[in-house]
Amino acid sequence: MIARSKRLAGVVVVLVGVSLAAFLALRSFRENLLYYYTPTQLAVGEGAGNRAVRLGGMVTHGSIVRQPGSLDVRFVVTDYTRSVAVRYTGVLPDLFRDGQGVVVHGHVKDGEFLADEVLAKHDEKYMPPNMAGKVPPPAGIQK
Amino acid sequence: MTAELGQIALILALCLALGQAVFGLIGAGFGWGNWMAAVRPATLGQAGFVILAFLLLVSAFVGNDFSVQYVALNSNSELPTFYRVAAVWGAHEGSMLLWVLILALWSAAVALLSRSLPETFSSRVLGVLGIISSGILLFILLTSNPFLRAVPAPFDGNDLNPLLQDFALTIHPPILYTGYVGFAVAFAFACAAMIEGKLDQTWARWTRPWTTVAWLFLTIGITLGSWWAYYELGWGGWWMWDPVENASFMPWLAGTALIHSLAVTEKRGLFRNWTLLLALFTFSLSLLGTFLVRSGIIVSVHAFASDPLRGIFILGLLAVFILGALTLYAWRAGQLRSDAGFEWWSRECFLLLNNVLLVIAAVLILLGTLYPLMLALMKLGTISVGPPYFQLVFLIPVLPLIALLIIGMHSAWKRARIAPLRQRVVTCLIVGALGAIALSFVYTGRVRAMVLIGLLLAIATMASAAWVPFDYRQRRVPMPRGALGMAIAHFGVGLFAVGAAVASAYQIERDVSLAPGQSANVAGYEFRYVTMRSVEGPNYHAREADVVITDAQGGLVTTLHPQKRTYLVQQQPMTEAGIDVSWKRDLFVALGEDLGNGAWSMRLQYKPLIRYLWLGSLLMAFGGLMATTDRRYRTELAQARAETTVPVRP
Repeated sequence: MIARSKRLAGVVVVLVGVSLAAFLALRSFRENLLYYYTPTQLAVGEGAGNRAVRLGGMVTHGSIVRQPGSLDVRFVVTDYTRSVAVRYTGVLPDLFRDGQGVVVHGHVKDGEFLADEVLAKHDEKYMPPNMAGKVPPPAGIQK
Repeated sequence: MTAELGQIALILALCLALGQAVFGLIGAGFGWGNWMAAVRPATLGQAGFVILAFLLLVSAFVGNDFSVQYVALNSNSELPTFYRVAAVWGAHEGSMLLWVLILALWSAAVALLSRSLPETFSSRVLGVLGIISSGILLFILLTSNPFLRAVPAPFDGNDLNPLLQDFALTIHPPILYTGYVGFAVAFAFACAAMIEGKLDQTWARWTRPWTTVAWLFLTIGITLGSWWAYYELGWGGWWMWDPVENASFMPWLAGTALIHSLAVTEKRGLFRNWTLLLALFTFSLSLLGTFLVRSGIIVSVHAFASDPLRGIFILGLLAVFILGALTLYAWRAGQLRSDAGFEWWSRECFLLLNNVLLVIAAVLILLGTLYPLMLALMKLGTISVGPPYFQLVFLIPVLPLIALLIIGMHSAWKRARIAPLRQRVVTCLIVGALGAIALSFVYTGRVRAMVLIGLLLAIATMASAAWVPFDYRQRRVPMPRGALGMAIAHFGVGLFAVGAAVASAYQIERDVSLAPGQSANVAGYEFRYVTMRSVEGPNYHAREADVVITDAQGGLVTTLHPQKRTYLVQQQPMTEAGIDVSWKRDLFVALGEDLGNGAWSMRLQYKPLIRYLWLGSLLMAFGGLMATTDRRYRTELAQARAETTVPVRP
């Protein structure tokens, strides 16, 4: 009898612990979900507001402009349908260049995307999600 | 010829693996001695052919045989020989071959070291391992053959991804795989026990050393990966909660739970079903990790395959292994239960809580890792779950886990006496509080409650672990290696937590633009950019900077030489950070890009106590090693040797 009530108490403790953890986890889950948009989606007004989102696309050729003497840089990210202007201050990743697929993290303000993080994957074959099939892969990749 | 021979060797290995499975399981099922006698030779033969296939692939790489497609895509005649060998596991096909090679080596080790076990049991273990080997070999032969020829053969190869041309990363995959493939042994032991319908304390004693060794390799593998990400990925982060990192971390958490629950099963005969289930889940998570990484379903620095057939095949294997094992569990678990109870205030109860918390951590990480995949598969939009989620859900179970560890280490089996325990725990907590306050003063950053609590618990854990050997001395009891290993590993947990807490809370990072002669200040250190020059490597050009660092008093600390490399074949730029290492802090400079007029963008970082994070992890692994060398496992082996000299069946 004692063994049974002890087991019952154990089960209750574990259940309470698990549900508490699940509750906290789900709350932080909702707050930490990062939505991902294409330039077209952003251009039609999705993802506006103060919430941080991710934007993925290709860097438009010739769009990279640096502010001399500072780390400010502007460039345009496109999905070949619509484009979004991006502003960023900081060190850019190695593979960041014209025509490269990038994912930027930040938020939209006054029609411009203010990025706090720029990712260019370490793989030239990398395409941001939803971009595969829209553009031919860069030349010189055999597979 | 080598490619064709390699192919044949793989096919023969598959045949022998199937033989190993059939002889092992059916032979043991019907008690046919001559079938069971064939299991060990089949296992060793399979291992031999897999080793042969692997060596043939290595020779194709070293000999620059670009007529083999896999070599052409991942190597180059300019690549240094050392990296040509490492390039074998630099992409999908070769890393699967490495996977099956390591499984074959573990199987061979089981075959050679299991002679002391009952013959039916060891045959079943090897049989289950044979099924796993067959599945993976079939996967390689059907979808990921590294020996395919390229027609026409290219003149030179495409080169190894420059990110992988690095020492830590050449040994990271073999060690990591040794860890998580090694959990296959615990899985096979669990399946064999379920088929046998018998699970006792001896079973746990056989399983423990195998599991601990797999776990310690996994620990070292993950540590190496983290260290590599820190200096080679370029930007000084040591854990990103990348899905692929999570894929290796989940089996680690489950494996950690498993080695603790095995301890209870061995010492007290409790939690048998739970231990079995954990053994199944640990290896299932390893397979899931393989699926996540190898199917290309996740976009990440590690994921290279994107052939959908491969994903489906691995998913199928995953389903067969996991559902098969769970069915077996549902069928047999009822017979294996133990009805012994336990006291609340006892070591077994603390270990139970340890298990619950570790499993909660693994499940929450699994949720965050799979949720975006689920949504994407259901076409509900593309999202990702950010690092803040993982940090939070990891800390929720881990803080109480560490708090319990401080008490659990000193509580006795069956029933702990409370008074001496209370005195010890209070002493440890006081030491922890003093240490935490002292560290907060040294690193005069913002004092945050979370960091303070974390440091307090971490230092108290170290104190509690360091107390264990003194305890044995005081009681004049010889200390078994197992207890020493336990103390070392738990000391490592505390050290890791101190490093992780201080390095993340008090790090300083600045992105700056510097022209020659200009300097920037980070954490009282002056970083002065002096000059830039060109450097030629064997297969890359580099721009190398001289950055002179002086401390607050103006004394020279060091000169760092961060590089920006361009690898010739793939024309891929790479950042080689310059790092000054010391016990108190790392100073870190990474080059960004040329901003014109001689100015460069640079990222400067100050990372206090970051080395302790890796040192702590290595101590955990070392503790595991100590524990597996415990006398009682060796007596087991010695007995085995003694028994083999006596004819078993006259």
